[in-house]
Amino acid sequence: MSFLDVKDLKIHFPTDDGLVKSVDGLSFGVERGKTLGIVGESGSGKSVTSLGVLGLHKGGRAKLSGEIWLDGEELISASAEHVRGLRGKKMAMIFQDPLSSMHPFYTVGHQIIEAYRIHHKVTKQVARKHAIDMLGRVGIPEPARRVDSYPHEFSGGMRQRAMIAMALSCDPELLIADEPTTALDVTVQAQILDLMVDLQREFNSALIIITHDLGVVAQVSDDILVMYGGKCVEYGSADDIFYRPEHPYTWGLLGSMPRLDREPTERLLPIKGSPPSLINVPPGCAFHPRCPYAERTDGKADTEVPDLAETEGGHLVRCHMSRTERRTLWETEIKPVLETQ
Amino acid sequence: MSETELLLSVRNMEKHFPVTKGLLKRQVGAVKAVDGISFDVFKGETLGLVGESGCGKSTTGRLVTRLLEPTAGKVVFEGQDITHMSQGRLRPLRRDMQMIFQDPYSSLNPRHTVGAIVGAPFRIQGVKTEHGVKKAVQDILELVGLNPEHYNRYPHEFSGGQRQRIGIARTLALKPKLIIADEPVSALDVSIQAQVVNLLEDLQNELDLTYVVIAHDLSVVRHISDRVAVMYLGKIVEVADRKRLYNSPMHPYTNALLSAVPVPDPKVRKERERIRLAGDVPSPLNPPPACRFHTRCWKAQEICRTVEPPLEELASGHQVACHFPENAPEVAKETPEAT
Ligand SMILES: Nc1ncnc2c1ncn2[C@@H]1O[C@H](COP(=O)(O)OP(=O)(O)OP(=O)(O)O)[C@@H](O)[C@H]1O
Ligand SMILES: Nc1ncnc2c1ncn2[C@@H]1O[C@H](COP(=O)(O)OP(=O)(O)OP(=O)(O)O)[C@@H](O)[C@H]1O
Ligand code: SF4
Ligand code: SF4
Ligand SMILES: [Mg+2]
Ligand SMILES: [Mg+2]
Repeated sequence: MSFLDVKDLKIHFPTDDGLVKSVDGLSFGVERGKTLGIVGESGSGKSVTSLGVLGLHKGGRAKLSGEIWLDGEELISASAEHVRGLRGKKMAMIFQDPLSSMHPFYTVGHQIIEAYRIHHKVTKQVARKHAIDMLGRVGIPEPARRVDSYPHEFSGGMRQRAMIAMALSCDPELLIADEPTTALDVTVQAQILDLMVDLQREFNSALIIITHDLGVVAQVSDDILVMYGGKCVEYGSADDIFYRPEHPYTWGLLGSMPRLDREPTERLLPIKGSPPSLINVPPGCAFHPRCPYAERTDGKADTEVPDLAETEGGHLVRCHMSRTERRTLWETEIKPVLETQ
Repeated sequence: MSETELLLSVRNMEKHFPVTKGLLKRQVGAVKAVDGISFDVFKGETLGLVGESGCGKSTTGRLVTRLLEPTAGKVVFEGQDITHMSQGRLRPLRRDMQMIFQDPYSSLNPRHTVGAIVGAPFRIQGVKTEHGVKKAVQDILELVGLNPEHYNRYPHEFSGGQRQRIGIARTLALKPKLIIADEPVSALDVSIQAQVVNLLEDLQNELDLTYVVIAHDLSVVRHISDRVAVMYLGKIVEVADRKRLYNSPMHPYTNALLSAVPVPDPKVRKERERIRLAGDVPSPLNPPPACRFHTRCWKAQEICRTVEPPLEELASGHQVACHFPENAPEVAKETPEAT
């Protein structure tokens, strides 16, 4: 069993319009010292998944099922109280929106100090010194002075760094970063990614990075999970996903993206249509209304949900096409076009 | 594409937003959002405008389309100086210059049907159509890949990508000559971004449009632009055709920007050397003197803090504002001396 092991996780929200199946049978694992990248379109269930792992749906209207094992302990059946106690030291999260997750009325330093003292029986002075140290490490200039600033006095990049300092202040064993750099400029994004990777190495923690930016996942991930409509459609090593992808949605993502590292093509290859509704998820393969190969699957595309099946050595794909057919398509039709990009 | 005919020309344009304090609104300073920029746009081309958040890209777009009054400088469109033209005289020109906005959600009135939104420019400008406004609107909807039957639907019934198409349809209604697109795809999912990028390219070919595309995503800008201008803190620091700018950037800031873009190839992370910039972009309220990039530039010397480098053409069609440019042709630039 991995350090974090998620099995058949379902997170459904009852709403007036119907049941929203935000996460629908997701399984994945991360080891200490490793990084898992999660990619997928807006609304595919990435944030809901991470909030679920942190136990932040407890007490809400979400219906959870499945298993979340963290260091040998199951969290879905654990009490809200118990899971709260694990947050900070055992696991921590960097949220998509740093402003909404920092308290506007308290100084940045105060918030780091309080978080630290929940798990460490130390004096305020010691905790303050630790907070200044953390702010310095995440690249906040003059940390001894800035520790007394309020969140709104920081620029977007500084707030994101302060969030990271807060999340890392207790050396969490599992860190989930939800779009940690999306709101940031590229030069700041590069600094923050370097920083997270450095700190992860130092503390040997397990890291999950959620993003829609394939460039970011390629730079930091050991393994990658591709989500579509609340389900995993492809899972594999970074090399599997970038050099031998087998799912048509993953091909679509790769083709949609202009790349700086290749000669520009005349045309991008977008995925037609738009992301699915999670209330009326298309029957069968959720991707079939947008999939150019839907008619190759003997009428199963819109009637049977394909299994997530192993294609080779830990590389999993959810598609009715046969392994041979997918590989042939990739080698003969997709890869040659992408490579001229 | 003919790159010879000038459509738009901007000279020494400035926009300073006053910062006021207290009840009496005493001016205590100014945000130098755009601080003396010059550039040209030629007929049929796409000029990309890139730079980090707050560097003045949107302000530039709004100045060019006269949605904002410049503090100083000159905007010439098709040979006419429009810098201080009255709104009345500007009106016919507004048809020729249209803006596409970043946010496909808030830029469409939720209470109006698609037909009303796309048809509004015809009514406002009092344009005569051969087979009526409805037919004209439906033709445009078809052109941007929407169904003409969407005429009576409301924006909330559409996805982000479709809403952006509605926004584009609206700007096309009056057959503009110049379209300023401010972050036209950044609010969209990657797969949808590609649809909109392709659409913009198709429309350009079909309707002979000229674009200024404002974006912070360097990959998208490279994909659609013929030439690219890089902004930093209210200044243009480099302009070149796409190939030169991406293959042999001269300004240190452009080099840093390009090297920071994450490349979607796991092998590259091990090989690639990245320029690590220190700190964030300084505030435009109090920009560093002389070269504004000197607080973060690894090549900065004394002269960079005292003498502002002018935007100069160092190679054919390649302008740079830097005392110590990278990739510069040998003889073009002598080592400057501080005096
Ligand atoms: N509390 C809730 N009640 C009902 N539906 C919800 C709730 N929270 C999330 N959802 C729905 O669950 C789906 C997945 O949302 P989630 O935030 O996980 O998407 P995401 O993959 O993180 O997208 P993004 O890339 O935009 O952040 C969405 O359709 C969202 O509307
Ligand atoms: N109406 C205004 N009043 C005062 N300051 C303004 C106003 N509009 C813009 N600014 C300031 O001018 C600077 C440039 O803003 P602008 O919106 O042009 O940047 P941008 O390059 O488009 O950034 P982004 O990539 O974040 O959209 C910013 O510092 C901004 O805060
Ligand atoms: S199962 Fe069918 S519709 Fe789904 S991705 Fe595979 S080929 Fe496409
Ligand atoms: S002028 Fe000096 S500080 Fe400015 S970019 Fe060039 S080398 Fe760097
Ligand atoms: Mg999210
Ligand atoms: Mg802007």
